[in-house]
Amino acid sequence: MPDTAAENIPFAVRTYSAEALSEAFRKMLLIRKFEEGAEACYTRGQIHGTMHLSIGQEASAVGACMGLSDADKITSTHRGHGHCIAKGADVARMFAEFFGKETGYCKGRGGSMHIADVAKGNLGANGIVGGGLPIAVGAALAAKRLCTGAVTMCFFGDGANNEGAFHEALNMASVWALPVVFVCENNRYGMSNAVEKSTAVASIADRAPAYSMPGTSVDGNDFSAVAEAVEAAVSSARAGEGPSLVELVTYRWRGHSKSDRNRYRSKEEIAEWMAKDPLAGMSAMLLEHGILSEGDMAEISASVEREIEDAIEYARHSAGPEQAEITRYVYTDLAS
Amino acid sequence: MNVQADAVRTLSYAEALREAMDIALGADQRVVLIGEDIGIYGGAFQVTGDLVEKYGEDRVMDMPISELGGAGVAVGAAMTGLRPIFEFQFSDFATLAMEQIVNQAAKVRYMLGGAVSVPLVMRFPAGSGTGAAAQHSQSLEAWFGHVPGLKVVQPATPEDAKGLLLAALEDPDPVMIFEHKLLYKTRGPVPEGAYLTPIGKASLRREGRDLTIVATAIMVQKALEAAEVLAGEGVDAEVIDLRTIRPIDRETVLESVRKTGRLLCVYEAVKTLGIGAEISAMVAESDAFDFLDAPIVRLGGAECPIPYNPDLERAAVPQVADIIAGATDLAQGRT
Repeated sequence: MPDTAAENIPFAVRTYSAEALSEAFRKMLLIRKFEEGAEACYTRGQIHGTMHLSIGQEASAVGACMGLSDADKITSTHRGHGHCIAKGADVARMFAEFFGKETGYCKGRGGSMHIADVAKGNLGANGIVGGGLPIAVGAALAAKRLCTGAVTMCFFGDGANNEGAFHEALNMASVWALPVVFVCENNRYGMSNAVEKSTAVASIADRAPAYSMPGTSVDGNDFSAVAEAVEAAVSSARAGEGPSLVELVTYRWRGHSKSDRNRYRSKEEIAEWMAKDPLAGMSAMLLEHGILSEGDMAEISASVEREIEDAIEYARHSAGPEQAEITRYVYTDLAS
Repeated sequence: MNVQADAVRTLSYAEALREAMDIALGADQRVVLIGEDIGIYGGAFQVTGDLVEKYGEDRVMDMPISELGGAGVAVGAAMTGLRPIFEFQFSDFATLAMEQIVNQAAKVRYMLGGAVSVPLVMRFPAGSGTGAAAQHSQSLEAWFGHVPGLKVVQPATPEDAKGLLLAALEDPDPVMIFEHKLLYKTRGPVPEGAYLTPIGKASLRREGRDLTIVATAIMVQKALEAAEVLAGEGVDAEVIDLRTIRPIDRETVLESVRKTGRLLCVYEAVKTLGIGAEISAMVAESDAFDFLDAPIVRLGGAECPIPYNPDLERAAVPQVADIIAGATDLAQGRT
């Protein structure tokens, strides 16, 4: 007789320890506060260039990475701060990169669009839509050939699903049965172009059958639903059953980048999605199942705020790169 | 790969490349070949030949006709522990993969502040002379030479083809090897075993007093042929095989120009904005400029796609007679 009570308990609560769930909540909050902090620094003129914020997509990034270890790889996108933090990066070094400092993850050479902690298995954010897809397949090929047991998770957006690189990558991953999980964060717009106008299939997951791989689509703002769908794909990849495609339907609250005037969507639509705040959903789940109390959350929140403040201070006070070193890292310095 | 080079015998350029890959596949499990029809077919130009029979389909991987995706797979694999040798069926098809080569392979190390390397070797069958017309005959190496992060070599002899391929595999950064298709069947002495031809070092193929010919790829062979004829006419040409176009061996070129006072650049790619312009500017910007007795001359490809008609095809790129004529004019004084 099925245990209906157990079935009503979300996957995440059934599956993860209280510590792991608490850490997931902390990371989601850290992503939110990191990006709000980055935006504030930008507004104050402390950060130049541009940035692509993922506020509203935190459940996707953190939920997807639940089944990964540091040995597993990810490839990320131009909207990659969340993936980077979910995979274990230190926000102080992330801010330092934003500020263009030598202490940044990319020593100030990459900036927002390339921040990555390679030591944690992040092969890089990418400024080219779809650029990471074939690279992820290559990392999966290396893992298979070298028998490392590692899985590669390839994050990309709905925009990338119309790039040739997407189709070539999925086809090769399938033909060669590689341990890669394609995670599409469908935030509804490729810059300003709505998926309905750009994409011939109703769901990005519908692309999967063309490449003979499982395709699922879930609410990307529901941490537990994300974790459940992606864990299944990760397990399948790890078991040698080949690639999967998981679509996480979500929404970015902010514009595409700092130049966006939001002319392609309505205030009502944005408000509707803000009401589906993934952090609020996560908090509600953790409270309901007694994982964290209001007090615990307030404590985590205060600690995250401090971490962000300290990280910004660290970044501001770090030294920038020497101009004489402008060509360093173009090639591998064999002497060092 | 520490086997000492000893006996010398003759191989074709294609055989020399295959031998290099055979040595690498045998010595290092991380080496994989990826390309279109490189397995049972043996490669469009029979460079990989029967390697698949020896190493199997997991090491000599036929890929779908997906140049962009395939190149990206090679980039990702190189970043995470493999040593891929990626073959473009024709160098022209690299136009489909420029994103991965230019935006990813060349830049990822820099963008990530040195946290990764991309030890990737890519092979590009290049050049005209096969009657394959405009989309299968180009010489695009200068495009790649314009990208910091890449290294670009153009072996002109079987010995260098093997040595530069093995050197490319030892190199921690992406190395693009442009192989002129008409060279594949040319033969020459090739040492046994593993040896490295240094990347970034030109080779003085013929010493001479009257002018310096800097040539690349198949133009090295044509320049040497021209130099023999010129010698009979009393013109003593020095021939430098540039071998690497990024990074360029400045000093070998400048030293020669200081000696001869005359410079002729010969390359198959379209003349404008090419390697000849770079060599010329390098000399003009250096003290070697003071040694010039005549304006620099460039012989490059015509300003058109490679035509199909055989006479037009030959006319589209410098031939031995053009080099003789150009060198004769140059040696006779101010042109």
